Amino acid sequence: MTNVVYLDNNATTMVDPQVLEAMLPYFSELYGNPSSMHSFGGEVGSRIRLAREQLARLIGASPEEIVFTSCGTESDGTAIRAAIESYPAKRHLVTSRVEHPAIKNLFETLSKKGYRTTFVPVDGRGRLDLDYLFESLSDDTAVVSLMWANNETGVIFPVEEVSRRVKERGIVFHTDAVQAVGKLPIDLASTGVDMLSLSGHKIHAPKGIGALYIRRGTKFAPFMIGGHQEKGRRGGTENTAAIIGLGKAAELAKQHLDAGAYRCVSELRDRLEGSILAGVPHTMVNGDREHRLPNTSSIAFEFVEGEAILLMLNEHGICASSGSACTSGSLEPSHVLRAMGVPFTAAHGSIRFSLSRYTTAREIDLVLEKLPPIIARLRELSPFWQSAKAEAHG
Amino acid sequence: MWEYTDKVKDHFLNPRNVGVIEDADGVGEVGSIACGDALTFYFKLDDGGRIKDAKFQTFGCASAIASSSALTEMVIGKTLEEVAEITNEDIAGYLGGLPKEKMHCSVMGREALEKAISCYRGEAAKKIEGEIVCECFGVTDREIERVVRENRLKSIEDVTDYVKAGGGCGKCHDRIQEIIDSVLGTPHLVPLRPRALTNIQKIKLIEESIEREINPTLKKDAGRLELVDVDGSRVLVRLGGTCASCAKSHITLKHYVENKLRELVSPELVVEEVQ
Repeated sequence: MTNVVYLDNNATTMVDPQVLEAMLPYFSELYGNPSSMHSFGGEVGSRIRLAREQLARLIGASPEEIVFTSCGTESDGTAIRAAIESYPAKRHLVTSRVEHPAIKNLFETLSKKGYRTTFVPVDGRGRLDLDYLFESLSDDTAVVSLMWANNETGVIFPVEEVSRRVKERGIVFHTDAVQAVGKLPIDLASTGVDMLSLSGHKIHAPKGIGALYIRRGTKFAPFMIGGHQEKGRRGGTENTAAIIGLGKAAELAKQHLDAGAYRCVSELRDRLEGSILAGVPHTMVNGDREHRLPNTSSIAFEFVEGEAILLMLNEHGICASSGSACTSGSLEPSHVLRAMGVPFTAAHGSIRFSLSRYTTAREIDLVLEKLPPIIARLRELSPFWQSAKAEAHG
Repeated sequence: MWEYTDKVKDHFLNPRNVGVIEDADGVGEVGSIACGDALTFYFKLDDGGRIKDAKFQTFGCASAIASSSALTEMVIGKTLEEVAEITNEDIAGYLGGLPKEKMHCSVMGREALEKAISCYRGEAAKKIEGEIVCECFGVTDREIERVVRENRLKSIEDVTDYVKAGGGCGKCHDRIQEIIDSVLGTPHLVPLRPRALTNIQKIKLIEESIEREINPTLKKDAGRLELVDVDGSRVLVRLGGTCASCAKSHITLKHYVENKLRELVSPELVVEEVQ
């Protein structure tokens, strides 16, 4: 495919060329096993140590607090199961109503297995109901798991503050920070976070690599039981090339964050969002615009359906994603937008644009040129648009 | 990403007959914004009673727009009697097929067409018939029955793909399963009674049972059974191998072989040994 305008970076990101370059030798000549006694394997082991340090620096952790996993979902599952196993007498779990399926479906499964689960609601802008959260806590609560930033709307939860207050109660705090890592400055040492999940392919590393941060002193039980790898916290021979790639990606992400590269990303995002809102009537932003990832914009186009918008954008090589039902194969629009009380007229026509540090001003211009006529065209097709217009004029 | 046929893509990107017919002879409206798709279908007849113009407006995904567009092309030039025969499968077929999860778009087309015809004929809307099964999407038992019968659907998932019922909270899944069971049950209204076997069928079945089931078991003890004759419900057999000289052979015959043949062939069989 030529001339792709890729605005779907919350789904996955391009592997940074420097990351690829760092990884390549470990697919070919440097194939040693880091656990081996010989220096051929030992060299790979020391490169993995570096990757662990690079990743730890990005999130303000110590290297030994990092466990490499295969993906964000594995990290989430490992964390929650570890908390449950470590406190077998506690039967209550807390999360929010807008989590990624990796947490949402896990909690629903555990709920069927007899755990009492609290799904904390959010308001119309996707902000967490903190009173509801803290009132639900008790001595029976094993773990609180809250996403740091929402994948669909980009809304940021006050994880630093909430984690400290949860920790004071002696309850394990886990955060799914897959969308936040690399986009926000994170300093775990100053928070109450006990465990944090992250994923490589959201920060320009390849797919198939993730990590779990486990604060020193946190009770833990491994999910993958096997060899001594990762200090027995995750058995299985290391995915060496991908770990090295994730380390490099973390180093680059830290450089970009420190250099303020995300200000450029948020400026582009704001221009995209502002121009769409100004130019297309009956359009609104989903979620709190104040506490939001710098790269994400979820926009609702009333009276049209998201899949149709996406496929027409696709004709111009523009990649975005949608909270509509039709794209996911389910019949109901995204549980995130539903939890926020976004009306059906808007939820079905919601499109998520997610930028990266590679997004250019010209790409944004192209979207601004192509999108308004697409919405106008689909609205002409829509039976609801006529009546909405009539009402507006009447 | 959905795998749409080129024809679906063409009808989505270049929809035919979009719009409103102000003085339409028939109008059919189905769906709602809450459900995620909706279609308004219009037709106008000529003096000979043929559809001379058809138009649509659709809110929905690519396959909903394509199904609506296809429907207008399919009906123009036809009489109402002819178009009344159009099924949702015809609409999907016209587009070269739809992904299974999107079949409800073709059902929506058929429903809008039927409503428009009823509207023209001055019939009251049929929609209210039956009782609501799926509250999330407002689908009645009659609608589910019909789509199960016409499309030979077998599972709740199928029903959800075709009319959305069951795709929301899931409370109605048991009721949908009941409807599927009752519809699938209807072709055999006569309860499945063991059919009476002709003599030849009975002999063949006994032979097969001995070869496939009984002899492989007896063979473990180096025994063998040979069919000599079948006389009504009497099965005459001869024992071979070690069975012939084995004192337990009678018990083997009575308990094992007879039970097996009664189970596999017919319950009234009696096994007798001949020398």
